Amino acid sequence: MTEQTAARPEVSRRRLPGVNPVYVLVVALLLAIFIMNPAFGEPTGYMNFLKRVAALAILSGGALYVIVSGGFDLSVGSTMTLTLTVIGSSMLASNDPNSTYWIIPLMLGIGLVVGLINGLVVSYLKVPSLIATLGMMITLNGVAFMWSGGAPRGYLPDTFRFFGRFNISDVPLIGILPVAVICLVVFGTILWWGMHRTNYGRMLHAIGDNPQAARLAGVPVQRVRISAFVVSALTAVLAGVILGGRGGVSVDIGSGYELQAITAAVIGGAQLLGGRGSVPATIAGALALEAIFTLLNLIGLAQPVRLVVQGLILIGAVALATYQRKRAGR
Amino acid sequence: MKKTLLAVAILGMLTGSAFAQAPNFDDPAEFAKQREQLTATFNGPADQPYLQYAGDAMVDTTEFKKEGPWTVCFSNAGVNNPWRVVGYTNMTEEVKLHPEIGTFTHVDAEGSDDKQIADIDDLLAGGNCDALIVSPNSTAALTPAVEKACAAGLPVIVFDRGVTTDCPVTFVHPVGGYGFGIQAADHIIANVPAGGNVLMLRILPGVDVLETRASGARNMFAEAGLTVLGEEFTDGDNAKTKSIVEDYLQRGTIDAVWMDAGATAVAAVEAFEDQGVDIPVVTGEDQQDYLQKWRDLGFKGIAPTYPSYQWRTAVIAAVNTLKGEQVPGPEWVLPQPAITQDVLDQYINEKMPPLHYAMCGCEDMETYPEAWGGTK
Repeated sequence: MTEQTAARPEVSRRRLPGVNPVYVLVVALLLAIFIMNPAFGEPTGYMNFLKRVAALAILSGGALYVIVSGGFDLSVGSTMTLTLTVIGSSMLASNDPNSTYWIIPLMLGIGLVVGLINGLVVSYLKVPSLIATLGMMITLNGVAFMWSGGAPRGYLPDTFRFFGRFNISDVPLIGILPVAVICLVVFGTILWWGMHRTNYGRMLHAIGDNPQAARLAGVPVQRVRISAFVVSALTAVLAGVILGGRGGVSVDIGSGYELQAITAAVIGGAQLLGGRGSVPATIAGALALEAIFTLLNLIGLAQPVRLVVQGLILIGAVALATYQRKRAGR
Repeated sequence: MKKTLLAVAILGMLTGSAFAQAPNFDDPAEFAKQREQLTATFNGPADQPYLQYAGDAMVDTTEFKKEGPWTVCFSNAGVNNPWRVVGYTNMTEEVKLHPEIGTFTHVDAEGSDDKQIADIDDLLAGGNCDALIVSPNSTAALTPAVEKACAAGLPVIVFDRGVTTDCPVTFVHPVGGYGFGIQAADHIIANVPAGGNVLMLRILPGVDVLETRASGARNMFAEAGLTVLGEEFTDGDNAKTKSIVEDYLQRGTIDAVWMDAGATAVAAVEAFEDQGVDIPVVTGEDQQDYLQKWRDLGFKGIAPTYPSYQWRTAVIAAVNTLKGEQVPGPEWVLPQPAITQDVLDQYINEKMPPLHYAMCGCEDMETYPEAWGGTK
């Protein structure tokens, strides 16, 4: 937080002490899963795993934009709920497969509005993002419930579920390729490019690190902050499309995802108060979260024990990451 | 060292007391009783299951007889899941059939014990209710509130989850949780060879009507020599359900999936479908999406029900009480049929929403299907 003047050289210094521990964690977890269950090495094994993690990974990548800018977005889960149960299925009660082509843009439009409101409230009304998005979360859940009446009114048509469920088969080398994995790669790349290869990404880091300094340096703080919330809300919609496609729609689909997304970012080494974070590491964080879940499932521990272990691994991973950073001079 | 000892002691006390307080969800006598009731003959009109009742015990209600129009009050645990949405619709439509009910006051506790206790207090303080219907959020917490209402001289009708007092006029409920578990487990035992693997999927721990579903089935699987691969809580989340089943599939074969509630049954079926594995026995419940999936894929399904028509019965019980007519009681036990392959088609209605519960006993009402979100 205090060394913003040295932003440039730090990048190289951070790379030098070694890789981000999240990658080590992911590799270790995946290896453990593979040892426990060799079938995981088959394409159906790991592709299913990636397919499962796609929604959370994309969501976390988007949530990272807000985290790096120094805020939180707790409304992503409810954005998923609203757009999926209300727009996706309730308004699609006719189950017309062709409506997917206008329903997804409509959902994205709603995401855009939600993100804009979040950003405007945080930037201009100066409501702390934690509260602003918490309020948004409660509001959206209420709207979703009001509209759906407590139960989805229709199914998601197969054209809609394509993104989360369909596998392209007979692909050379890997056999099957889930569409969700393609989405993950495409959106992951876009998010990575936006954050790490553009001037916008640097401004995002700057306002999270020290908004005053950023403003004095000519960064349009308000606009950058608002855009971060917009990115987050849009990725929430995209993640929702994949999640709904994977499992089908339920009334409270998406609830709890806001905290998982933040957890994934933190495991990936993002700093909760802003100024630091990496999209690939966050996606790895999401992989790690899901891998812990899968591994503990494979070991066959009873669920209560599993929750305890899951919690301890989470705390341990973040503590280790923080310790490593300290030692490396961050 | 001392600290550790202290910690262990506290932990021991905590777990000890938790066990001491845990209600008994594995009661052989109740299990046997419900098993019998599943196949028993019920009194009442055959085509109106919501009017049927087990046994002959009746309660005299002349003391509550009153001239209409009445104000009937309803303290609802919540409308927080699709089953309750269907049930509440049944109820409001039933109310419309009784012109004697001048006012129907509904207060929604939104799933909170505290709010429901306060709700009942408010209703009593208001002094307008002629009868009180309660669908308790939880058994122990709501008992004093129900007792208070009885003491105020109101006729009280309890339905769905129970309370531990016999002061209400009657307690309307279907056969029960053990019965649900038995129907699903019987079907699995009949269709899976001994030594087969059963995965038990549950929504969440700690709810009496769900715990009894699981405990009954668990004992039956043990007796039948089936292996229970695991008991997993899905939180009613489709994506999580699918992940859990996929993970178990990676570890080995699954011969049957037992579910304590059907909301995520389709997700479990899809896990097999998407892996290209034959779909084994997967039990569900009477909601449309499962029934249709079952028909379309032709696996060995069964849909035990927890009939939502009990929401109608509660209103009828209140009306009969205020008329001073006899009411089945102190427990009005409703039939709890399971939908089997033979009768599957008659419960499927593609014009209804996916989470409409088919065993609603509502098809004979004029506003069906529109009021339930369906189309003619």
